[in-house]
Amino acid sequence: MRVMAQLAMVMNLDKCIGCHTCSVTCKQAWTNRAGTEYVWFNNVETRPGQGYPRTYQDQEKWKGGWELNARGRLKLKAGGRLKKLFSIFANPLMPSIQDYYEPWTYDYDRLFSAPMQADTPVARPRSLITGEPTKISWSANWDDNLAGGPELAPSDPVLRKVSDQVKLDFENAFMFYLPRICEHCLNPSCASSCPSGAIYKRSEDGIVLVDQDRCRGWRMCVTGCPYKKVYFNHRTGKAEKCTFCFPRVEVGLPTVCSETCVGRLRYIGIILYDADRVTEAASVADDKALFEAQKSVMLDPHDPAVISAARAAGIPEDWLEAARRSPIHKLIFEYGVALPLHPEYRTMPMVWYIPPLSPVVDVLSGTGHDGEDAGNLFGAIDALRIPVGYLAELFTAGDPEPVRAVLRRLAAMRSYMRRLNLGQEADESIAAAVGMTGQGVEDMHRLLALAPYAERYVIPKAHAEQGAQLEELGGGCSLDYEGGPGMGGPFGEASGTPAPIAVENFHALKERQRGGDLEDANELRGRVNLLNWDGKGTPDGLFPKNGRKEEP
Amino acid sequence: MNALDVVLWVVAPYVALTVFVLGHVWRYRYDKFGWTTRSSQMYESRLLRIGSPLFHFGILVVLLGHIGGLVIPKSWTEAAGVSEEAYHVVAVVLGTIAGVATLGGLAILIYRRRTVGPVFTATTRNDKLMYAVLAVTIVLGLAATVMANIVGGGYDYRTTISPWFRSIFYFQPDPALMAGAPLLFQLHALSALLLFAVWPFTRLVHMLTAPVGYLTRPYVVYRSRAEQPTGARAPRRGWEPSR
Ligand code: HEM
Ligand code: SF4
Ligand code: SF4
Repeated sequence: MRVMAQLAMVMNLDKCIGCHTCSVTCKQAWTNRAGTEYVWFNNVETRPGQGYPRTYQDQEKWKGGWELNARGRLKLKAGGRLKKLFSIFANPLMPSIQDYYEPWTYDYDRLFSAPMQADTPVARPRSLITGEPTKISWSANWDDNLAGGPELAPSDPVLRKVSDQVKLDFENAFMFYLPRICEHCLNPSCASSCPSGAIYKRSEDGIVLVDQDRCRGWRMCVTGCPYKKVYFNHRTGKAEKCTFCFPRVEVGLPTVCSETCVGRLRYIGIILYDADRVTEAASVADDKALFEAQKSVMLDPHDPAVISAARAAGIPEDWLEAARRSPIHKLIFEYGVALPLHPEYRTMPMVWYIPPLSPVVDVLSGTGHDGEDAGNLFGAIDALRIPVGYLAELFTAGDPEPVRAVLRRLAAMRSYMRRLNLGQEADESIAAAVGMTGQGVEDMHRLLALAPYAERYVIPKAHAEQGAQLEELGGGCSLDYEGGPGMGGPFGEASGTPAPIAVENFHALKERQRGGDLEDANELRGRVNLLNWDGKGTPDGLFPKNGRKEEP
Repeated sequence: MNALDVVLWVVAPYVALTVFVLGHVWRYRYDKFGWTTRSSQMYESRLLRIGSPLFHFGILVVLLGHIGGLVIPKSWTEAAGVSEEAYHVVAVVLGTIAGVATLGGLAILIYRRRTVGPVFTATTRNDKLMYAVLAVTIVLGLAATVMANIVGGGYDYRTTISPWFRSIFYFQPDPALMAGAPLLFQLHALSALLLFAVWPFTRLVHMLTAPVGYLTRPYVVYRSRAEQPTGARAPRRGWEPSR
């Protein structure tokens, strides 16, 4: 047993309102640069729909992820090492910019420079790839909210797997949102496809990163990832991907997408797993067995044998404690409501999902039934084969049973909690029907509906003494920045190196989240910068003094 | 032997090779981030999928051919029982096929660079210079071979150019050998020297990091934060982590 820790995420799809706040804040933080205009480390797609890039789930076309060869061994679906090297000069499976979308801007200058004329001047779109005027015909979210539309839905690779008869009903039946980031897989096919070994999995927390100094632009990782979550920066010629916001999680803060999620539907925590068993579990013959196989790789953080093996592997005590409190472990094992996205790609994804029950409730209420009655709901889950089939194609390689079990648990929680809400007596039989206790249901409800910040995100801080230093500090002294004990360059005030953003943000955000009152951002140690000014108070130097009385 | 010969066949090669080696060292130390193929496949795939493999497989065979012809002395192949005629036939046939593939591939790549909008937009002045020098070198090389073998009666460069090439690496350069070579061969050699001199400063650096290690390394690479060689900034002197 070789115990390793992995940062993992669970998203509760019932609560996603498709607002794209996560995508936008992520873009502002990470991909607002030239060459990454088309890149969304976090994207939210409407299902059914084509996804981003279009039809990325069609692995017969894109050949992402792993498959089993004739001898039952894992091999990259796009071909082995030799084949990769021989096709390196022109990658036959590379998505083009059009498969994502051609990014554009507007000719805003026209609005100011147009001469006096009868008609209002218009800012016309211009391609950011060619600089020429363009006609916008697709984007990362072109089919937002269009699920089931007769033109787009038939190209949904997941829908195509669900039988034809079902499809028609389904088109009228439901729609939901699927927010996606990199899965930080246990068996990452992106890293395995990289000829120069530039993509690596961090042994401390399992985050998968691209070493920008070692990437040589062979662009094989883009093909390798079945989720298409490695992007090619066409200006720098380097691959880029979701970083799990490592500068934030290293200091105990959740990722930007989680922090800003309007639905508060994301959970982050630690999972312990047995690294020695990953390949074996990813190689089980039956696609449908992969979900259970992946669960079997994850270890019980309460098991004394696991704890001592983890200690032997050098995992610090506070990480073990975090693993025991991990909301991820609870959602996958204790409550059994989280499922992996496309386990059949055999990469062992680590961003899991609680499938949405709301479509079932909606359909039920639409037909005049009580959509929250346990009996009705249980019946509907089984009767509405359509959503279950679709969800199963997404989350369990087509096996409807685990999905049905999760939906039944969610349904039971609704009915059970509604009784309590209405002041009726708790009905243990509802909980028992789904193999839970009343207390268990209440705990699950707390985690899914009420849990505060500290329960949704259980993120142990990185151990500086483990590595040389935090990533951003690159081996320097972490106190050696302005305002720190080692402060100041040789030429006073602004000389020397700036305070690391991670340190500055850490203090600013901690103040903001822990303290409830309006604070002057000035009190947040050091200088004011817009990165940590949150709109509260009026820090000195940010606004003109006129008319404002000097604070005593 | 005059001063010009010394400059062309002694000074120039040493300058070019020094720039080639030190240029790569410098680039590797200070511009790892810029060390990339800068693939343009996202913009255009159809032409690239014909042109790029044609060019690359061609140039790799050409490269091997040059090693065979320049580095391995004639006496060795003869000792191995390969006659001058046999060597010549193989070299000309293989060389012509590879040369034509290289040139055809290069033509497609340059045509693509010029005519496909996004690719042209992404082409830097550096790329243009690289393509000019590369194309001139390849064209001159092919021309020299064609002139010597088809128009003339064949030219045994293994008694002149090859020993000169090797003499540079023994540090006993013999410019007289090269001074007597046909003009086209001389021009080809000079343009190649220029190519080596600009090489480290163009996207051609990607060749030096050809990913052969991929064949033997484990699929998934694990790295600890502890081994991070770089961060947002390098450690200051005296602040390097202790081990
Ligand atoms: C075995 C070593 C080599 C490998 C693995 C390799 C691989 C590549 C790759 C992946 C590209 C990017 C193609 C794209 O997607 O746009 C490329 C481009 C290029 N390579 Fe190589 N290469 C090698 C050797 C060479 C050599 C020896 C030369 C020339 C002397 C060369 C010249 C070029 C040029 C000119 C381009 C630019 C093509 C274009 O986009 O116009 N390469 N190479
Ligand atoms: S989801 Fe992330 S870790 Fe998994 S293969 Fe894709 S890029 Fe790699
Ligand atoms: S911010 Fe939250 S609710 Fe909004 S789209 Fe993203 S995941 Fe869904």
